[in-house]
Amino acid sequence: MQRTDISNPTYFHKVVDCQWACPAHTPVPEYIRLIAQGRYSDAYMINWTSNVFPGILGRTCDRPCEPACRRGRVEENNGAAPEPVAICRLKRVAADMKDDVRLRMPALSPKNGKRVACIGAGPASLTVARDLAPLGYDVTVFDGEAKAGGFIRTQIPRFRLPESVIDEETGYILDLGVTFKSGQRIDSMNALLAENYDAVFVGCGAPRGRDLDLPGRKAAAANIHIGIDWLASVSFGHITTIGRRVIVLGGGNTAMDCCRSSRRLGGDEVKVIVRSGFEEMKASPWEKEDAMHEGIPIINYHVPKAFVLEGGKLIGMTFEIVKAVFDDQGQRTLVPTGAPDALIECDDVLLAVGQENSFPWIERDCGIEFDKWGLPMLGKATHQSTIAHVFFGGDAAFGPKNIITAVAHGHEAAVSIDRLLHGEDIQQRPDPMTNLMSQKMGIHEWSYDNDTSNDLRFKVPWAKAEMALASIKIEVELGFDVATAFKEAHRCLNCDVQTVFTDTACIECDACVDICPMDCITFTANADEAELRQHLQAPANNHQQALYVSGELKTGRIMAKDEDVCLHCGLCAERCPTGAWDMQKFLLNTTQAGAACRNGAQVKTLEEVVA
Amino acid sequence: MTYISKPRLHHPTLTANKVGYTRRDYEGRISTLCAGCGHDSISAAIIQACWELDIEPHRVAKLSGIGCSSKTPDYFLGASHGFNTVHGRMPSALTGANLANRDLLYLGVSGDGDSASIGLGQFANAMRRGVRMAYIVENNGVYGLTKGQFSATADRGSKSKKGVINSDSPIDLVGIALQLGATYVARSFSGDKEQLVPLIKGAMEHGGAAFIDIISPCVTFNNHAGSTKSYDYVREHNEAVNRIDFIASRNEITTMYAPGELVDVQQHDGSMLRLRKLRADYDATDRYSAMSYMQAHQARGEIVTGLLYVDPLATDLHTSLNTSAHALNAMGVAQLCPGSSALEKVNASLR
Repeated sequence: MQRTDISNPTYFHKVVDCQWACPAHTPVPEYIRLIAQGRYSDAYMINWTSNVFPGILGRTCDRPCEPACRRGRVEENNGAAPEPVAICRLKRVAADMKDDVRLRMPALSPKNGKRVACIGAGPASLTVARDLAPLGYDVTVFDGEAKAGGFIRTQIPRFRLPESVIDEETGYILDLGVTFKSGQRIDSMNALLAENYDAVFVGCGAPRGRDLDLPGRKAAAANIHIGIDWLASVSFGHITTIGRRVIVLGGGNTAMDCCRSSRRLGGDEVKVIVRSGFEEMKASPWEKEDAMHEGIPIINYHVPKAFVLEGGKLIGMTFEIVKAVFDDQGQRTLVPTGAPDALIECDDVLLAVGQENSFPWIERDCGIEFDKWGLPMLGKATHQSTIAHVFFGGDAAFGPKNIITAVAHGHEAAVSIDRLLHGEDIQQRPDPMTNLMSQKMGIHEWSYDNDTSNDLRFKVPWAKAEMALASIKIEVELGFDVATAFKEAHRCLNCDVQTVFTDTACIECDACVDICPMDCITFTANADEAELRQHLQAPANNHQQALYVSGELKTGRIMAKDEDVCLHCGLCAERCPTGAWDMQKFLLNTTQAGAACRNGAQVKTLEEVVA
Repeated sequence: MTYISKPRLHHPTLTANKVGYTRRDYEGRISTLCAGCGHDSISAAIIQACWELDIEPHRVAKLSGIGCSSKTPDYFLGASHGFNTVHGRMPSALTGANLANRDLLYLGVSGDGDSASIGLGQFANAMRRGVRMAYIVENNGVYGLTKGQFSATADRGSKSKKGVINSDSPIDLVGIALQLGATYVARSFSGDKEQLVPLIKGAMEHGGAAFIDIISPCVTFNNHAGSTKSYDYVREHNEAVNRIDFIASRNEITTMYAPGELVDVQQHDGSMLRLRKLRADYDATDRYSAMSYMQAHQARGEIVTGLLYVDPLATDLHTSLNTSAHALNAMGVAQLCPGSSALEKVNASLR
């Protein structure tokens, strides 16, 4: 194998699994350490800079970081069930326990005379506004609703996300000199373009819930509701009750929100019914768990056939019972079992079978091209549409995803807008800011806590079930207390503190090999990667994880380290007599809009200073 | 020394041996030796050997004297019996333990100071008597605990860290062991576990006095240019005469080699030492030719390593003293203390 090029920022970034998996690349271990130190405001601001909505995401994020977390792999075959660090809930700790952070918000530069319109006040648009407004852009955010937040406000039930948190975090952004035009739904792109904004960002989401056209749909319309519309009505208080028996169709997170909301509005017998298998459901595992915890059964392999009415009123639904059959290619088909159709009684049905993009307000002759799925044609990295100064982000860009993806889109679009309006090529994307720094404090002391915790994941306390189910507004999860947060933070392995190896200093004494608790390090003859992976101290079978390979050492061998289950405990570096191993903190921040993302950064700043 | 203990977490693929222990179960406390010390590699090799041999930790007694080397039994086999004796007296304490309980496996860990200076007489007599044990000397040529003076095994002409040239002749422990009748004699290098682990396994299963001299560089005081016990010097001058594979009796022999390259040595317990010859002219079962070969090569500045001599028909002290077949702790009071009439009988036989 070739010597590993650690000067490529991607190499160490990948080692920080959580940060790599996060669409916004939040430096997770960095803020978790601050939480352990009780520096909640500092931890909050790291999050705020990167993901804009720490309090909201700390309760509702899809947490792509957690399945990626090294802790989950490290705990495998080490006793109890392996679990990642509760990254998401630690984020909430930072948000819950911070002091007043208003003074830490960015200072506003003088206006630069450029006007940017953001359509929709959801996470993507607000991120664009957050990134551009402090730079001097005149940002106007339009939204049809009275308050900012978009789907964050309308879709996520209050028992998961209190309104005060939304108000607070959207407030930080609107306070940056952003003009918020509430109650003003944009109904013509042409009209908006005529207002001559320098850039337009479309972050209007995927606002149309899919319907299910089955027999009886029209006749029973009064008791059949589209999930996302229903959630919005609940959120605004237009709907306060539901029938005693409720069927929720669909297996995504919206279905989970629908069923749990129904439980709180009078639904005693709420069932979630899905076509496919339980494991294949789109909902996050923890959301399924939460629903089942509240006494909601999830019935799988039931394909809806018809709405059943009696005397003009919905009394139930019939389902065909199927099983999954896999062909040679592993393709799954749902095949009827032949069992008689099931009739499941109900008073109301909630449809949560998917969302679609919908742009009825964008005239098809305005110059924005759409693909065959009705999605805008965009530059993958730039988010630029076929009109050079119109950008899309969030669910509106590439279809429904999640909040953290919308935030990542917002950052990228803001970079595009900033570069475009400075006359720079937006295809050229800025490199991330990286830093690699030794953490050595003494012979055996490091500036991070390298004593690996043996604790298993701590559970977030819940409000008592009878209390939680009594009202739609009582938050179910209570968040970690200080002591538990401290212990959970210690479960983090500090994967950003990298094991950095210097070939020339190594005397091949084997001390690192002997001490490594995870058998990560091997000194061996070089070979190609496939062969090398099988001839290490422990087989390196996780091909997602890199081998860190040195150049040729004195004896002609190489050092190969499997990054997979490294604890970052630093013992290799402590037992190294020559400092060939060192623990160095790798900090990566994505470059956001502003001088740093532009080529002419220095020149522009100087001009501004002179002016 | 390291402040934290070695994390309990282990690699997901770590496997248990036939007696149900993982390699990590054979570890001890975290080492307090200097970072990079060869002794730590030897500890790791002992851990590996015991795991591979499926030894139950409570069947091992590890004894040591004083010195850096003699601290190491704390760093391996944490669940085994241990005894840290006074300086240089490990062999006699071990002999006593062995006579009292012949059922345990004995591991004597010592250093060049402990065995070649203060304990030279003890070392010599343990070899001479054929005490069944694996006697390991972690040989670095300096007194590390007292800031790096030459020890008795330092080669004449080698240079200390301060630049002093050693003018004394070195004591060759391997030569003494061969001369005094040790039945398993090897030399190895802490930086070569491939060679070392099978040597330790062979020694632990050997039926008599087994001695391994392991050159173990002192990174702090004896790893500089001019030293003959540094990582670089040993690597450059290492002349391995053979590689051994240790094959436990119950295992089938599957690897095939060209004829003539191999010597199989059956040990008394049925286990097999398979020697892959690296030197065609070397015969590891001939004590006298081993001695002359070694001395000739040593004179050329080569460090001869490998299994230098093995007597497959080795016997031990228990055999020559015709002692009880059982450990003393397995006997009843009546057997251990047969009463005054028995004593009378013994006394009468001596009158």
